[in-house]
Amino acid sequence: MERRDFLKKATFAAAGTLVVPAFMKPFEALALDELSLYKNLVVVQLSGGNDGLNTVVPFGNDIYYQMRNGIAIKPEEVIKLDDMQGLNPNLSCLKELYDQGWMSIINDVGYPNPDRSHFRSMDIWQTASDANQYLSTGWIGRYLDSNCQTCKFPYTAIEVDDSLSLAMKGLSKKGIALKDPAALFRNTNEPFFREMIQRDKDHLDEENLGYLYKTMIETSSSANYIENTSKIYKPNYTYPNSAFANQLKTVSKFICSGLKTRVYYVSLSGFDTHVNQLNQQGRLLQQYAEGMNAFVKDLHQNNKLEDTLVITFSEFGRRVAQNASNGTDHGTANNMFLFGGRLKKQGIYNAAPDLANLDNGDLKYQVDFREVYGTILDKWLDVNNSQVLNKRFNTLGFI
Amino acid sequence: MDRKDNFSNIKHLYNRAGFGIAYPDLLRLSKRKISKAVNGLFINPAPGTDLTIITPDEFKQQQLTLAGLNGKKELTPEEKQQREDITKARNEKSRELNLNWVQRMISTENPLLEKMTLFWHGHFACRANNPFYAQQLNNIQRKNALGSFKTLLMEVSKSPAMLDYLNNQQNKKGHPNENFSRELMELFTLGRGNYTETDIKEAARSFTGWAYNKNGEFEFNPRTHDQLDKTFFGKTGNFDGEAIIDQVLAKPETSVFICRKLYTFFVNDTPNEAHVKELAAYFYARQYDISALMQQLFNAEWFYSKENIGNKIKSPVEFLVNLSREFYVTYNKPQILIQLQSSLGQYLFNPPNVAGWPGGKNWIDSSSLMLRLKIPSLVLNDGILDFDGKADPEEEAVIALNKKQKPRPVKSYVNAQADWSKFLSCFPRDMKQTEMAAFLLEPAVGKKISDLVAGNVNLKNTVIAVTSMPEYQLC
Repeated sequence: MERRDFLKKATFAAAGTLVVPAFMKPFEALALDELSLYKNLVVVQLSGGNDGLNTVVPFGNDIYYQMRNGIAIKPEEVIKLDDMQGLNPNLSCLKELYDQGWMSIINDVGYPNPDRSHFRSMDIWQTASDANQYLSTGWIGRYLDSNCQTCKFPYTAIEVDDSLSLAMKGLSKKGIALKDPAALFRNTNEPFFREMIQRDKDHLDEENLGYLYKTMIETSSSANYIENTSKIYKPNYTYPNSAFANQLKTVSKFICSGLKTRVYYVSLSGFDTHVNQLNQQGRLLQQYAEGMNAFVKDLHQNNKLEDTLVITFSEFGRRVAQNASNGTDHGTANNMFLFGGRLKKQGIYNAAPDLANLDNGDLKYQVDFREVYGTILDKWLDVNNSQVLNKRFNTLGFI
Repeated sequence: MDRKDNFSNIKHLYNRAGFGIAYPDLLRLSKRKISKAVNGLFINPAPGTDLTIITPDEFKQQQLTLAGLNGKKELTPEEKQQREDITKARNEKSRELNLNWVQRMISTENPLLEKMTLFWHGHFACRANNPFYAQQLNNIQRKNALGSFKTLLMEVSKSPAMLDYLNNQQNKKGHPNENFSRELMELFTLGRGNYTETDIKEAARSFTGWAYNKNGEFEFNPRTHDQLDKTFFGKTGNFDGEAIIDQVLAKPETSVFICRKLYTFFVNDTPNEAHVKELAAYFYARQYDISALMQQLFNAEWFYSKENIGNKIKSPVEFLVNLSREFYVTYNKPQILIQLQSSLGQYLFNPPNVAGWPGGKNWIDSSSLMLRLKIPSLVLNDGILDFDGKADPEEEAVIALNKKQKPRPVKSYVNAQADWSKFLSCFPRDMKQTEMAAFLLEPAVGKKISDLVAGNVNLKNTVIAVTSMPEYQLC
């Protein structure tokens, strides 16, 4: 069935219900300038608690070498950014982006009363809650809920994965998870599935059953839109061969094909390096850097870097002192990376971690992560951050 | 009440109080009064036995070994190996424990008890790294699932799993840790708005000294207990943890909070406050007798009203257990059940946080719904599942140790068998396609579904079609 045809039928069927689902608004009706101003946010999650101090190395600080005699990165190996901090050598691919002014580093991002459990801390980062607050919606999900001008489509937020993270789940709206647009398209176009959603729309006003049907219809409509829009674009940039780079490649394909999605979410896991950290973290950082290098340059080549902001976070950093197994244990504040063509403050955003002034062996945070989110919501996603974060957070000057 | 109503009411009762009902049982029970069927649920054919995947001896042996290793400054490679082996063995046991419980839900003769245990599992949500503690807590929840809420609450509060999870091991005189005290009131009993921050602080002081020993048993430690007076809910005295729990239970708000949660789980996502109030008064008057409360609930006329039938989204575990029970499914690689729990967002023993699974519409997003619609045909038709779960954050250390970061296997066979002949033999030979649909689905079967299944040549096709419908996600 033609898309247009589908819309007609769907609109007809929904005429009796009160709410006309957002996806039914024809794309043709969107003003051109609305399309051209499309800004993208890409969230990169490093799961497991990436060791920030061996990522952005405070090589100018002796305490670092004293506390990490088995795993410290030697000064001569560090890719120096200023007199104090430099990149892990496995991040050499990022140096190029850094020099172009496409990268910023925010040191010591965290929150009050940090939790050292992976699960809980990831929850806090994804829901943007306080440490003692339990929310069942994520910050991007609540952005979708906010009904802002630019978050009206079910595919406003896409996670390139098989299942959806809490961050992407709102109360009434949720992002969509897909690893492969063609596979989702095939699934939603199976005859039985299509029959179910085409037969009649009686259920759209029924509480839970209506919700199931609405989700099916939106999934199907999104799958069609994503597949049909993105298949036209032929990627012309070569990415390294890793699962992570593949996710970024998919995101790039979506962005470059002009998909009207605002938020993309990808993740790379394995950062819980309690034992023999150097090799494990090094390997992951290399994958990360190579992937990011290709992604950012690909976007630049396609004139999309100006419209894209990438953030990278991990649920916590690790303790300043190494442990007895040449690894590090769960810590607190951590650095965040930003990439994009329109960064206001390029390079290192704030002071390096103060290793002389610790809280029980852990870094103290300088920046609340919700100030980072708040800045993005206000300045990039065009929604007042108090609507999403439940209270107003100060904005920062990185964009 | 006519025969047809009774048929659908019994089906509703068994869907909510248990995990569905077999056709012959349904026919048999629908000849009797609904109250008789309710009573039947409370007469236990077999008492709930404990899960016993990890024996106390095995646990003690591990503890002993670990204590020895932890005492050392440097570990030899053999000792490191030993420690790793224990971690591995524990992870293995955790999975076994999970599967053991799921299999029990699938095959139990006492579905109400397991359903209640599932409810308490979500209510007293807890993650325990040690499977022995997880098993202990699960057994406490089962043993008291239909007993006294007071006993249940007391035993849960004293379980090593909870003491550890909510940091009461660190709650000591002079250095109170408020975590347990706060969640006790916010999530386990009273709910927000029915206590003050001072109450939390004073209760935390009262719970100092509540700890567990190396044998995994509760132990009150007088040395770390704060012996000074505390002022809780306006009363002053040298309270201990028991006294705090007594006072919390003395507040009728606790009864309201629990009844509202039970109502949301068993009746409707949107609580009817008049019904909740009615239940709460009864529960309080019956001194928190859970069994009495549940009989009251299942006997209430409103439990069978139209708006409360076929409108609840099955939780992932309810969905998997219902399906497996209904079709007598054997899983040749039971591990798939863990993958499915994880992919669908309800990995037992691993709730997202102490608030448990939010439930309701939260179970459903585009990807989980697509998977849920596909699972019945995969399980009943032994298909291929093209789906990766997310890595559990607790598994990150294991992933970190793997030599290469490679994409996880994309395809895994469900590798299960439904006992079709057993299932089909339950039905009359002249069973119509629409009747089969009506039996399998809780929402009313309208024209669309009748039309869809009418042309099927056999019941098996109808079954696969019907279980793949969004309507099958409801109970």
